[in-house]
Amino acid sequence: MTNLEKYKNAFAEGLEVEMDKITNDLEYEGIEEWDSVGHMSLVACLEEAFDIMMDTDDIVDFSSFQKGIEILKKYDVEIE
Amino acid sequence: MFGEIGKYGNKTALIEDNGQKMTYSELVEEGNRIFGNRKERSLIFILCTNSIGSVCGYVGSIRNRQVPLLLSAALDAQLLDYLLKLYEPSYLWVPGQAVSAFPYGKTIYESYGYTLIDTGNGPCEMDEGLSLLLTTSGSTGSPKLVRQSYENLDSNTRSIIQYLQLDDTERAITTLPMNYTYGLSIINTHIAAGAAVLLTDQTLIQKKFWEFFNQHEATSFGGVPYTYEILNKLKFFQMDLGHLRYMTQAGGKLSEDLHKKFAEYARDNGKKFVVMYGQTEATARMAYLPSDRSLEKYGSMGIAIPDGRFELWDINRNIITEPNITGELVYYGKNVTLGYAECREDLKKGDERHGRLETGDMAKQDADGFFYIVGRKKRFLKVYGNRVNLDETERMIKGHFEDLSCACSGMDDCVYIFIETQGGCAVSSEEIKEYISKKTGLNKNALHVKNVEQIPKNDAGKTLYTELHKYMDIGD
Repeated sequence: MTNLEKYKNAFAEGLEVEMDKITNDLEYEGIEEWDSVGHMSLVACLEEAFDIMMDTDDIVDFSSFQKGIEILKKYDVEIE
Repeated sequence: MFGEIGKYGNKTALIEDNGQKMTYSELVEEGNRIFGNRKERSLIFILCTNSIGSVCGYVGSIRNRQVPLLLSAALDAQLLDYLLKLYEPSYLWVPGQAVSAFPYGKTIYESYGYTLIDTGNGPCEMDEGLSLLLTTSGSTGSPKLVRQSYENLDSNTRSIIQYLQLDDTERAITTLPMNYTYGLSIINTHIAAGAAVLLTDQTLIQKKFWEFFNQHEATSFGGVPYTYEILNKLKFFQMDLGHLRYMTQAGGKLSEDLHKKFAEYARDNGKKFVVMYGQTEATARMAYLPSDRSLEKYGSMGIAIPDGRFELWDINRNIITEPNITGELVYYGKNVTLGYAECREDLKKGDERHGRLETGDMAKQDADGFFYIVGRKKRFLKVYGNRVNLDETERMIKGHFEDLSCACSGMDDCVYIFIETQGGCAVSSEEIKEYISKKTGLNKNALHVKNVEQIPKNDAGKTLYTELHKYMDIGD
């Protein structure tokens, strides 16, 4: 599985949404599933998928699908 | 209530995250522009956000003896429509972007992003003591409202200011919706004390929230159990929050672990952590655990607020005097609300509770007089601080999906929906989750749908919920 697939799977699993809802322009509160509850579940899924522990600043800065790709670079996770 | 806030004059009352500020004089004036000079009493629906416009409408209505029903601006359109038909409000005070949803009526005033719509329904005959209406669940679409009086508001606000020792140097930041009794009580107490309220709808997992929090040096916030779980995961204990004075917790029982952890953090950092207990039916608060006992008595909901008292009743409604015996928690105080309303006619009703509330919570008291919640008498859960009535949720599902046999159960923050598969079930778990999530606004992460061959029932056809407990696999 590529990192992009893992990344998308974490969104689908964490937010409990179908894959087709995971688009490149997805943002926090852009869909009802991505609220604060969904967010914490998404973070847990990402941490598990990439075996990382995210810092507080990164968790609260993780405001969109794109922003997340940028943030994960800090953890040596390249998503292409 | 709010009758004397004009005396705070040019002190800042409200600061919104868009940079706008409002002084107490301006708050009084703006409130009068919206709801002043009306001879007759009217019913107003306020679609709440944590914003200056929303608070102005609320304070203005209370000060001018107009009666607001506070609803979430995000309330499901169908549920709102149902409430509109049932209660026929005289006016609506709604955020600008929501105006197009109300084609009838006419816009008569606009300020701070809010619009006042005259529905044409005219004034409403209501009990003279009635000040405010709040929903009981806000989510399952029950039309049942809690009727709060001016005396309820006054009394509870005074008690809370007293036990939290609030003064005009406080700056509380909003973390909860204004239409939610706990969120509202934070706004009420700070305005009555001449303090400032930092208004934002950002949640604490957003960077902007913490920027706003630090920029205006918030001194306190409140949270439901789930808020504290998030804070724990966010490594809150490592944050540098010098200006923070205290945190409050209500809206369900916090795990003992987290209670202890936050109490320790407070002790080590010169802050206060105050666990509280309340219900909309008691205006907001009934009990608090004094911060200097928080660590010693972790897991406890504390003692009655000033001017309130508790009794524990056994099954025969006799008062339990021995410690450590569980009974139903019964509260007495001036903040016990008048009763419920289920239709417009009910707004004429007077006080039906006479200062006594049977809480429906089962509790015990230790030898030092501290109370501990041990369970609930009624079938409801607290999910992310919201009350979820399990029977109503069951009815919603059965009403929407024909011929579906289901039962709802669970624990706080975790609703279980059991679906009977015997005879073939044409509905998928996803569809059920989707529907309930949409109607209640609860995140799907809180909903667990389980297929069972048969819903266990007794001979009389009543569901045996305890037999379903074995299917609840926590952590799935």
